[in-house]
Amino acid sequence: MISLPFLAVMVIISIGLSAVIFRRNLVKIVMGTSIIASAINLFLVSLGYREGGVAPIFTGAPRLEMVLPTPQALTLTSIVIDLAVTAMMLSFAIIIYRHYGSLDSRKRRLRE
Amino acid sequence: MSFIVEHGPALAIAVPLMAAFATPLISRAGGRLRELWAVLCLAATLVIVVMLSMDVLSSGVRVYALGASIPSLTSPGGFPIRIVLEVDAMSAMMGLISVSIALLVCIYSTQYMKKYQGLDKFYALLLMITSAMLGLVFTGDLFNMFVFLELLSVSSGALVAFYMGRGEPAEAAFKYVIISATGALMVLLAVCFLYGQYNLLSIGALAGVMQFTFLDKIALVLLVSAFALKCGAVPLHMWVSDAYGEAPVPVTAVLVVVSQASLYALFRVSFTLYGAMATISVIGWAMIILGILSMFIGVTLAMMQRDIKRLMAYHAISQTGYMLLGVGVGLAVIGDVGALSSYGMTAIEGGLFHVINHAMYKGLLFLTAGAIIYRTGTRDLNKLGGLAHAMPVTTCFFIIGMLSIAGLPPFNGFSSKIMIYESVFMFSPVLSIIAILVSILTLASFVKVFQSAFLGPKRREYKDVKEVPVAMLIAMGILAFFIILFGLLPDLAVQWLIEPAAKALLNQLNYVGVIV
Repeated sequence: MISLPFLAVMVIISIGLSAVIFRRNLVKIVMGTSIIASAINLFLVSLGYREGGVAPIFTGAPRLEMVLPTPQALTLTSIVIDLAVTAMMLSFAIIIYRHYGSLDSRKRRLRE
Repeated sequence: MSFIVEHGPALAIAVPLMAAFATPLISRAGGRLRELWAVLCLAATLVIVVMLSMDVLSSGVRVYALGASIPSLTSPGGFPIRIVLEVDAMSAMMGLISVSIALLVCIYSTQYMKKYQGLDKFYALLLMITSAMLGLVFTGDLFNMFVFLELLSVSSGALVAFYMGRGEPAEAAFKYVIISATGALMVLLAVCFLYGQYNLLSIGALAGVMQFTFLDKIALVLLVSAFALKCGAVPLHMWVSDAYGEAPVPVTAVLVVVSQASLYALFRVSFTLYGAMATISVIGWAMIILGILSMFIGVTLAMMQRDIKRLMAYHAISQTGYMLLGVGVGLAVIGDVGALSSYGMTAIEGGLFHVINHAMYKGLLFLTAGAIIYRTGTRDLNKLGGLAHAMPVTTCFFIIGMLSIAGLPPFNGFSSKIMIYESVFMFSPVLSIIAILVSILTLASFVKVFQSAFLGPKRREYKDVKEVPVAMLIAMGILAFFIILFGLLPDLAVQWLIEPAAKALLNQLNYVGVIV
């Protein structure tokens, strides 16, 4: 049985990938990678979800069996990395726009 | 001393990382001090890695659990939950070559980059690349592999766009980072697949319990394609020529080792993580096909280039093919003990030896290209000519690099290529013949470069050209020395570095055993 979150993750990843591959606008390409990253974060969080689980906060937990917080830790790390990468790609897009006055990826090519 | 060896894996990553963030602060005190700082920190890292490698080569795999009271305690309560760094002979070999090239490039940059602004960021990013490369080759944890891969693409992407005065570097960097980011996200997706099934992230522990379900195979395909993309194998080579061509020359030499760090990740995943899978030889065949394609298409694309750096970038793609071919042949026969001992092992050793040799002669060639650009200011081969009159030492270094990449004795390219030719010939003669043919084409292409840049009468526009400064010559000279050394005495490298590394790849149980 395929549960709904996993199906949603795969759909969002394909949307992001198609944006990266087929879009011509540089900002939309950056948005594409950002969408893939969010989909994978969603995947990680839904992997870590346990029905009726207890959040791993020692002082506030009703009992000692708690959820392993690894997926959440992974998600946080991946969000931070995604932020850095997106910021950098957008700054490249700004530089490209300053030099060529356009964000269309077909407008210029490096010399062959 | 024992403190450095015991904490070696963590120190090797931490020292350049801390040094990177201290660089902008130190460069306030002056440019000379900043350059000295960067060189010293890389030299210290090299010392740490050398000591660590010597320990690993004499006494086996070394693990380091981050945050544990005892560094070797990887599985508290029998559960491998710690974040682990794991250094075996293969990681040690890759670590050594990464840091050495980074150090030489740093010495070279002290002269080459002198006239540019923003050097505090340049050296900070160079140190950060070193740290990320060491992290990628030392980590024993799949998620950390993703983290270091991203750190590597961010820091090297920023350096590709170092020349902000023109549009092309930013364009190349955009392409590079978009492609690396998408590839790294596919790695993360594969990690999710594995974690969702086994609740484990450590490579050793995962390899011990892997069931090779359908999902695992999807994860393997994602990992292999992402790492093949990052190491620039055809048909995923479109970013290489742009990024190598537009980056500053010292950065290009580092990018060569960066690509090889991803090659390491590819080998680590297919040998250690999936080595026990019954159908792993399919991945070996995939590597062989990727290798043959890269070799041939890389060299044919190089034939028609006019830009010296883009030409060398296409040759880098072509040489990556040899490593994939050698190691792929070994992986294709991994299930067959007789074939493995008669030629498979030699093929893997040849592939790994070529990794080291490629980093050296390609580094040297890019640095000589840098010397030409430094003195003449152009990368266009049609505008160059007659430089041998004014730059005799650089010309000698270029000849050494050229003969080495073409696989002529007595240079190191020959020693690894002959191992690949011989072993691949026993596997399939056709593949070996293609490999030899590509070498001939490589030589033809470099003879063209040599002829148009160095030979001919002295040109009027280059009458002020003279030999490059001594720091650049030192960096190139050290590389040339090792190229000849490994060409004359290949056993030195094979016996001490390559053979343990190949054995470490094949005996995945050693890697698994120290974790569980």
